[in-house]
Amino acid sequence: MAVITTSNLTLAYGKEPIIDELNLQIPKGKITVLIGSNGCGKSTLLRSMARLLNPKGGHVLLNGKDVAKRSTKQVAKELAILPQGPIAPEGLTVLQLVKQGRFPYQSWLQQWSREDEEAVMNALDATNLLPFMETPVDSLSGGQRQRAWIAMTLAQGTETILLDEPTTYLDMTHQIEILDLLFELNEKEKRTIVMVLHDLNLACRYAHHIVAIQDKTVYAQGAPEEIMNEQLVEDVFQMASSVIPDPVFGTPMCIPYGKGRVVRHVNTPQYA
Amino acid sequence: MNGILYGNKLKTAGLIVGILIALIIMVLSVVLGYTNTSLKQAIEAYTAFNGSNEHLIIQLSRVPRSLVGMAVGISLGIAGVLMQALTRNPIASPDIFGVNAGAGFFIVFGVTFLGVSSIQQFMWIGFLGAAVAAGLAYALGSAGQGGLTPVKLTLAGAVMAALFASLTQGMLVTNEKALDEVLFWLAGSVEGRKLSMLVAVLPALVIAWVISLLLSRQLNAFALGEDVAISLGQKTVVFKLAAALMVIILAGGSVAIAGPISFIGIVVPHFARYLVGNDHRWIVPYSAIIGGIMLVVADIGARYIIMPEEAPVGVVTALIGTPFFIYIVRKGIFQK
Repeated sequence: MAVITTSNLTLAYGKEPIIDELNLQIPKGKITVLIGSNGCGKSTLLRSMARLLNPKGGHVLLNGKDVAKRSTKQVAKELAILPQGPIAPEGLTVLQLVKQGRFPYQSWLQQWSREDEEAVMNALDATNLLPFMETPVDSLSGGQRQRAWIAMTLAQGTETILLDEPTTYLDMTHQIEILDLLFELNEKEKRTIVMVLHDLNLACRYAHHIVAIQDKTVYAQGAPEEIMNEQLVEDVFQMASSVIPDPVFGTPMCIPYGKGRVVRHVNTPQYA
Repeated sequence: MNGILYGNKLKTAGLIVGILIALIIMVLSVVLGYTNTSLKQAIEAYTAFNGSNEHLIIQLSRVPRSLVGMAVGISLGIAGVLMQALTRNPIASPDIFGVNAGAGFFIVFGVTFLGVSSIQQFMWIGFLGAAVAAGLAYALGSAGQGGLTPVKLTLAGAVMAALFASLTQGMLVTNEKALDEVLFWLAGSVEGRKLSMLVAVLPALVIAWVISLLLSRQLNAFALGEDVAISLGQKTVVFKLAAALMVIILAGGSVAIAGPISFIGIVVPHFARYLVGNDHRWIVPYSAIIGGIMLVVADIGARYIIMPEEAPVGVVTALIGTPFFIYIVRKGIFQK
């Protein structure tokens, strides 16, 4: 079943479309990763799914209903997006940030409730940030900071979470830490995760479903094992490579060809 | 940063103390000055008026300027918070971004060429000028590649401030009669304002105060960035329009009564954040009270620095504000 569906979706910043007449379905309860070269429109597509960008044509449907026609507050209870590189106001504490996740549930009449408090505490707990509640976001390390923003989207209590390059600028340890967190959220709470990632090997490891964007539309989509191959890398990234099973995890692993030292040549295993 | 007033009880207590200080400052503003009067005389001016010089000064000069100073200070303080949140820029304020200068120019233009004289007309022309300057700064800041960025908006605002200030000066140089009428007003002053002038503008200001308080929760969400605010379900277009309209009313109305008074709008929100942290539900009321106190104190100071003459209060706020401005810049906020 699809949680997000795009129908004949056309996106553009100026006149030239970035995404043209796209029909795509994002499976419910799965981790979907959008891949593609820089400027191919994958972030733009993600943003339009979360109504941060209005389509030039076509529609985005969330749980079967047109996002543009629904109350934005109602949408905020079903879908959250974490944009790329968000910046917290100077001095804002982790707790203050995560509490903002409850914004869609509040109004002038409905103030802070017990449910709000629980959602915030659960989000802090899930992201291991309880000890940092009173720490300003801007004094956290990169990985912790990203966890704090994810905690805010968790507090929003949505079934679907979109993330635009959540691991960019993080070192390897923290990339894995963030992806593990998202993996667990999907496993334990069955949340639908849609994200843009640049690291193909991590994308293949963590995604159930990969969508490769090329030339304003979808080049291929499906399970990583089914769609990842040298031809895809060549067509989508204009790069020669070998794609072999990861020797440890067995998921597809992409080895880019390029210059650099060669210590020895080995016979690489192949996918059948 | 939680601010030095930690917890809601302390913040509430601080707010009450602030209101008390504001009241005391207002009483001092009624009593102190070139003509020394006592608290007893101030009360008698209303309970047992005897037509004496002191009673006349209190009724016609001191009480109005104290009330005008408080109202304008509150308005400029709130306008500063709104603009800093709206632009995500710590040096945004009605004076830096040319909103005050725009209102000032339109009013001087009205006085010089259209024979405008009533405070009601001042107010509406002030709103118009503030709106035009804000709109131009916004349009100029959004032009070109990359759309609206804080740096471009700041530059565009500075350009508007300089443009309208020099246009105003040019107009005054060529028209000496107008110069006499508006010069003191133009430097920013709450002296010589009649109570009726305040009464004319006050309803608009009070409505803007209340709406600004109601917007404070929205300011918190918007402070996380426009994308995050939309994700949280905020109608950002409606919010931005509402907040900008409040800035125009607060700044335009303030300029109409007191002329373009600088630095209150930029300094006060920082002081409020220092006290109460990042929550706009506290920053807005604190900025209101601190703004009021600061302007009335500056006005009392204005009576003493070149006694027996009076300095325009705008000069005093600039004296207080400039070192603070340097402090903010040195703190390195612009490195972000």
